[in-house]
Amino acid sequence: MEPVFALLTGIFLTIAIYLMMSKFIIRMLIGVAILGNAVNLLIFTSGRIMREVPPVIGPGLDVPAGPVANPLPQALILTAIVISFSFFAFLLVLSWRAYSTLGTDNTDEMRVAEPDDAPLPPLGY
Amino acid sequence: MAAVSSPPADLSAALVLQPVTALDWLVVLPVAWCIGIGAVLMMVRHRTFLQPLIAVAALGVLAGLDAALLWHVAQTGPVTMVMGRWLPPFGIAFTVDLMGALFALMAAVVALAGAVAAVTDINDSGRRYGFYPLLMLLMAGVSGAFLTGDVFNLYVWFEVLLISSFGLLVLGAEREQIDGAVKYGFLNLVATTLFLIATGYLYGIFGTLNMADIAAKAGPLRETAPLTTLIALFVFAFAMKAAAFPVNFWLPASYHTPRIVVSALFAGLLTKVGIYALIRVSVMLFPFERRELSLVIAVVGALTMITGALGALAQTDTRRLLGYLVISGIGSMLAGIALGGPGGIGGAVFYALHSMVVMTALYLAAGLAARFGGGFSLAALGGLYARHALFSALSLMLFFAVSGLPPFSGFWPKVMLVKAALDSGAWWLAAALLFTGFLTMIATGRLFLIAYWRPAGAPTLQVAVPATALLPLMALTAVSVLIGLFPETLLGLVQKAALTLDEPSAYLHSVFPAGSAP
Amino acid sequence: MRSLILRTVAPLIVGLMVLFSIFVLLRGHNEPGGGFIGGLIAVAALSIYGIAFGVETVRRAIVFHPLSIAGAGLLLATLSGLLSMVFHVPFMTGLWVYPVILGEEVPLSSVMTFDIGVYLVVVGAVTSVALSLEERGED
Repeated sequence: MEPVFALLTGIFLTIAIYLMMSKFIIRMLIGVAILGNAVNLLIFTSGRIMREVPPVIGPGLDVPAGPVANPLPQALILTAIVISFSFFAFLLVLSWRAYSTLGTDNTDEMRVAEPDDAPLPPLGY
Repeated sequence: MAAVSSPPADLSAALVLQPVTALDWLVVLPVAWCIGIGAVLMMVRHRTFLQPLIAVAALGVLAGLDAALLWHVAQTGPVTMVMGRWLPPFGIAFTVDLMGALFALMAAVVALAGAVAAVTDINDSGRRYGFYPLLMLLMAGVSGAFLTGDVFNLYVWFEVLLISSFGLLVLGAEREQIDGAVKYGFLNLVATTLFLIATGYLYGIFGTLNMADIAAKAGPLRETAPLTTLIALFVFAFAMKAAAFPVNFWLPASYHTPRIVVSALFAGLLTKVGIYALIRVSVMLFPFERRELSLVIAVVGALTMITGALGALAQTDTRRLLGYLVISGIGSMLAGIALGGPGGIGGAVFYALHSMVVMTALYLAAGLAARFGGGFSLAALGGLYARHALFSALSLMLFFAVSGLPPFSGFWPKVMLVKAALDSGAWWLAAALLFTGFLTMIATGRLFLIAYWRPAGAPTLQVAVPATALLPLMALTAVSVLIGLFPETLLGLVQKAALTLDEPSAYLHSVFPAGSAP
Repeated sequence: MRSLILRTVAPLIVGLMVLFSIFVLLRGHNEPGGGFIGGLIAVAALSIYGIAFGVETVRRAIVFHPLSIAGAGLLLATLSGLLSMVFHVPFMTGLWVYPVILGEEVPLSSVMTFDIGVYLVVVGAVTSVALSLEERGED
């Protein structure tokens, strides 16, 4: 099971990195979303995969009966999903603001903070 | 269900059963305090008069808590508290050693100065927007990163401080800010995601995320697991957070855009968290892998410091100039991490503490200079010395400090680093350190010459300076001078901190009092 | 949105959803559920209310500013963690009391107050985002 997931993680990462190397913000955003999923899948695979035994302790028991899936990667992924979701939401709003105030989503043309034609510093006293 | 009743579990295998003393609470109180006060400030967002009062008082208390924590740690060694009573490595542990406590205390001092300076710099609309709640949450993230003993928890605190820093960065929503925030946001997201990827691999290899547990288990796993690759990933992620040379371009693109107080806080706090994490992971958890990568880190450090100083020479905007000086300082810390040993690591920690104070003070000084001279452009600034002699004296002291001249705080870490470099035979690294100091002196000297000594181009009106603007600058400069004149205490502390990192048995013992984990 | 059907049904749906969100919140201790997912259900309810009757009505209905609600939740969660200081146990340890109310034993805990804090944080923060987005959509 793990090799399949490892391959899938690799494909996800490839797509994410390819998209993030674009100079258009909208593609970078999609890349970021896929990157988050790739990482979650990676953590999930790192925690070893076990199918169809949820890590829930039955009623009246102190410890689970028999082996169950590893709950820690699930907790980590849940945290990471919440964080990457809020990040994505922030970046989406920010990109939209950037598009409406700067009039472009091409990062090559976003030179407001670092102007192309900045004057030279004073060369003499 | 009665048929499958299990035997009652032995609680002492999973829970902390002995009572916790009040002193142990110091480990989590800084974080809980920041979050609690941040929540209160969020609720009184519209009382713009009340907000700075609460925030400044709360940060004063935070500095007190961190000072008490440092004292406690210096007395007894590393202290641990676990969340929810679960024993490590199952529960999340907060473990503080000398390095964490030193960083946390300095961060609180810097944030306090920033909060005082913000009283005049952040107007009512900025307060209603939530400057102070965001500042408290930023401090929660920073303190949490310095105090935690769990790798995934470290990631969470990184994200807390990153989200708060996004909020602070776009405060005002000007065009430059949005432009800068896009670059800052995307590149920092990539860096933290790389950190998370590395954490995922770490968990896959070790099956634990507790730092002490990892440090104890790294030895036997070294033969079979690809630990050097893992550490290379960690180093890359943290170097990006710290703005090291090939991946530093988000910093000069964004640090000059927000309000000057926000820039000052970012310069003092954010990159240093990256350096802290790099030291924690590479020195304490994986010392052998650090040694294997030390040449790479040294070259990156040398390039970072020299390109940073050269970048500073080429700037017209004072804030961008300072941004490049932040990067240059990061290079010196990386050099210390590459050198290792009490000299190198102690020097890196000392340099980071010095840089927190001095870079924040320099940004505040740039803000005051803009208020006197009417802008951040070197072409327009002039005649500051004639305008305000005390302010100019303070600035000059900070320029000396950042260049590493005695008797200011930048001198001692530089001495430690150069000595460590010469001792280990890396003469080129020592030369790079000294050359960087020389270039920094030229850059800041040129700034002083043009902005302070050059006669003002146009006669400007006399500007009144409120005490809250000058006071934090004076306080931070005083800290720098005091560290420079009386370095013995801090030198002793950072060397002890470096020794604890090198030989983390005390750290391990604090997390696992009964011996190593099952 | 001026839809008679939505306006007629909305109060019913919203009431049910808020009730269900509180059910999910309280159920969360030992079964699937909890503050986070409960909060999201409540936000969905408020969003439907906003779509049907406008953002201003929602703001009036929840009385406090959404971010103040989030702040209150954050404070409640922090205080639930700090409560363990009084009992000399580590931060965030679950503390339980079993009062008998109307002849029924009701287990209450600091874990539950923490979860209620999470619920409020989610409701406050996400509602704030949702309302400002809906506001922008209206004009």
